[in-house]
Amino acid sequence: MYVAVKGGEKAIDNAHALLAEARRGDTSVPELSIAQIREQMRLAVDRVMAEGSLYDPDLAALALKQARGDAVEAIFLLRAYRTTLPRLAVSRPVDTAKMQVRRRISATFKDLPGGQILGPTFDYTHRLLDFTLAAESLETPAAPEAEPPEDAGMPRVVDILGDEGLIEADIPAEPDAVPGDLTREPLEFPAGRDIRLQNLARGDEGFVLGLAYSSQRGFGNTHPFAGEIRVGAVEVEIVPEELGFPITIGRVELTECQMVSQFKGAKDKPAQFTRGYGLTFGHNERKAMAMSIVDRTLRADEFGEERAHPAQDEEFVLSHTDNVEASGFLQHLKLPHYVDFQGELVNVRALRRAATPARLKEIAE
Amino acid sequence: MNLVSTAARDLDDDPPLLSVRNLAKHYGNALGCRAVSFDLWPGEVLGIVGESGSGKTTLLNCLSGQIDADGGEILYRHRDGEVADFRTLPEPQRRALLRGEWGLVHQNPRDGLRLRVSAGANIGERLMAEGARHYGEIRGAAMNWLSRVEIATDRTDDLPIRFSGGMQQRLQIARTLVTGPRLVFMDEPTGGLDVSVQARLLDLIRGLVDELGAACVIVTHDLAVARLLAHRLMVMKGGEVVEAGLTDQVLDDPHHPYTQLLVSSVLQV
Amino acid sequence: MSVALEAEASGYNFAYLDEQTKRMIRRAILKAVAIPGYQVPFAGREMPLPYGWGTGGIQVTAAVIGADDTLKVIDQGADDTTNAVSIRRFFQRTAGVATTTATTDATVIQTRHRIPETPLTEDQILVYQVPIPEPLRWMEARESETRKMHALAEYGVMHVRLYEDIAHMGRIVKSYDYPVRVDGRYIMAPSPIPKFDNPKMDRMAALQLFGAGREKRIYAVPPYTRAESLDFEDHPFEIQSWDDGCALCGAIDSYLDEVVTDDKGGRMMVCSDTDHCDKRRAAGYSGPMAAPYAETPK
Repeated sequence: MYVAVKGGEKAIDNAHALLAEARRGDTSVPELSIAQIREQMRLAVDRVMAEGSLYDPDLAALALKQARGDAVEAIFLLRAYRTTLPRLAVSRPVDTAKMQVRRRISATFKDLPGGQILGPTFDYTHRLLDFTLAAESLETPAAPEAEPPEDAGMPRVVDILGDEGLIEADIPAEPDAVPGDLTREPLEFPAGRDIRLQNLARGDEGFVLGLAYSSQRGFGNTHPFAGEIRVGAVEVEIVPEELGFPITIGRVELTECQMVSQFKGAKDKPAQFTRGYGLTFGHNERKAMAMSIVDRTLRADEFGEERAHPAQDEEFVLSHTDNVEASGFLQHLKLPHYVDFQGELVNVRALRRAATPARLKEIAE
Repeated sequence: MNLVSTAARDLDDDPPLLSVRNLAKHYGNALGCRAVSFDLWPGEVLGIVGESGSGKTTLLNCLSGQIDADGGEILYRHRDGEVADFRTLPEPQRRALLRGEWGLVHQNPRDGLRLRVSAGANIGERLMAEGARHYGEIRGAAMNWLSRVEIATDRTDDLPIRFSGGMQQRLQIARTLVTGPRLVFMDEPTGGLDVSVQARLLDLIRGLVDELGAACVIVTHDLAVARLLAHRLMVMKGGEVVEAGLTDQVLDDPHHPYTQLLVSSVLQV
Repeated sequence: MSVALEAEASGYNFAYLDEQTKRMIRRAILKAVAIPGYQVPFAGREMPLPYGWGTGGIQVTAAVIGADDTLKVIDQGADDTTNAVSIRRFFQRTAGVATTTATTDATVIQTRHRIPETPLTEDQILVYQVPIPEPLRWMEARESETRKMHALAEYGVMHVRLYEDIAHMGRIVKSYDYPVRVDGRYIMAPSPIPKFDNPKMDRMAALQLFGAGREKRIYAVPPYTRAESLDFEDHPFEIQSWDDGCALCGAIDSYLDEVVTDDKGGRMMVCSDTDHCDKRRAAGYSGPMAAPYAETPK
């Protein structure tokens, strides 16, 4: 005799209880606070904000805590929350030339107005585990403070090149142009550059990094030079209708990368460098640089380059960047597929029945 | 231009199947082809010859809907006798023509074949696109066409990727001709093949085109191919037609200095 | 599930989505109904459940459900598979609607991979969860190309695929997500239902809506609309059949799941539609392995 399995409901409740227990871990170890995550796991928080498309360090830290440190799960939590929020206003474009810079480097000029500022970077650390960090409550000595620069101006490297006409002009926005919004419109092809950049900014860091790397290795090379990478805070302004002039509503930290890429020229057009652009919330140079390279590889058509590699294929790239989509679809294979599988079982059994020894022999030969 | 009607058939009273008038194509400032006009009658084979860069492939691509020309007319007389400009036909009707009454044989068979499905399905696809729904009949037609292009029928279920270059080209021809097209475009159909394979393929093409009575436009840089297949020739240079006429006349008594050069360089070989 | 939802479900709008989003989805649904089988792009929202787990179906359900509707959710034909339970709970929590497991009592049925055995009526809506809405995808990966193929009704490749099955295996082996031609025009993916269910789709009295959340497409088969399964004249479409009926209720005309009973080759076949099986057993039907019928414990 057989009684069909029931009790999915109970099982789910129990699974959630076990998850909560696992999340907390050993209760003799103090629980993490949101502030601790926000301050000490900041780069994880930054990534969750960037790919979650929501600038809120506390919520991102909460999401990381809830997700047990799983970045993609935390991004998912933040996205699902974001989509329920009302839209109160649309900000003016932020001006990264006015960024309060914490770090700024250029690989194309030895020195330049505003100088090179290393800032907080892993770049020149020797990757040796620092066992002193294992000891808690250790005082961190304050970093020395720099003299304020004589000339506060820090023009963007691409603008310096642009003044000489050495790099293509930024495509001027049409006065009334409204950038597309991926979270409000379905992705369609060909996508404009606005949608492309949005998609890449929200895209999975690992995937975008891999694409950029593939291009560097020759699968759609764009001969990139890191024109400039800057990290720092910019002001966000809105123009309330009732006021008619801009007011500052807050500051966000950004990482911007301007990749100076393969120059182009034609008989009627002197040679110019081309641009690739990357921008992320928070501090994430790897992502911003990778994004700027992929932005440029995807402009292949614009410059009459042959589209022969994955990183140059807009539909391929943009359809597969989103880790919330990818992770969901991949993991839905965990859901029951009894019905489909039964269909295949019926098939395979019928085919095997139909395969007489003679026919099998024929196939084997 | 001096339009020479077909000598092989007595069709003087019939209207042409295809009338091209003043066709032009530019790539930015560069000229692809210009001022191309000709008539093509049913069953006639027209060869377009010239060196690479002469505009012959651009012309073929414009005619066969691969690229859009930017001036001129491509007037096609449908089965029902109605004449329409291919360039102004709506996309659905263009595509319908391209998968039924017209056929295109690419230089590289891989561009014209579906490499991941069997030889039989490759031939059957155009029939299925036209609405054929009887598996046995589709398969029968596929096998019939495989034998006509001299491919053993026990290869029907093999993938074309396992075929030699010559076999792939013959398969592509079978796939194109299975719907009995009235107009076939061929781009260097024997290019990239061994000389021995070429000769056999040329015989085959000549036989099939003759049998079907299809009109045919063949682009080639090889005057020997042109002499064997074409009733008439157009010689192109720098995007323009410099000489046209019956094949034997053009090759035996070339008037334009460029044609003379082409012919003499062939004779020297 | 989002933090806020766990804590305070009442902080969300009826059926989770805001009214503006619902209007947008309803417009897409109307267009889909007006052009049967055509995939309408819509601005799918990020839902608090993972993509691939029914977000498309959930959004469609949220857009059509009202406070006095009765919802049934099935996955693989069963009401108590974990994901069906999870989605039913979602609507209990966010919409407070009545739910049921009885097919005949439901006004809206959200499903993954099955059509209920009990024939549906004009008063019901069947909402399918769809993973890949594009039936041409496996022959042509590019959306830019497949949209053109649909627009021009260039469907030869679909039969190429069926041709290949017969050529290589002697029969059409596609067993689920079996493509249909809707109203003589668009070729449509019926979602991964077994082909056993395809005939139910044809001229069904209920409205059938399809939601693909990750791919952001909605499509529909309006009531009493033709949905023909593709085939050849000499290899007509056929559905699965089994040697024996359901081991529990004895049904010989329902889709069966296979249950492995031991590691020595022991198998039993039971109805995939749990409500159908329950109802039959309640009515006194019995299969060879059935325990005496008892009310299902709640």
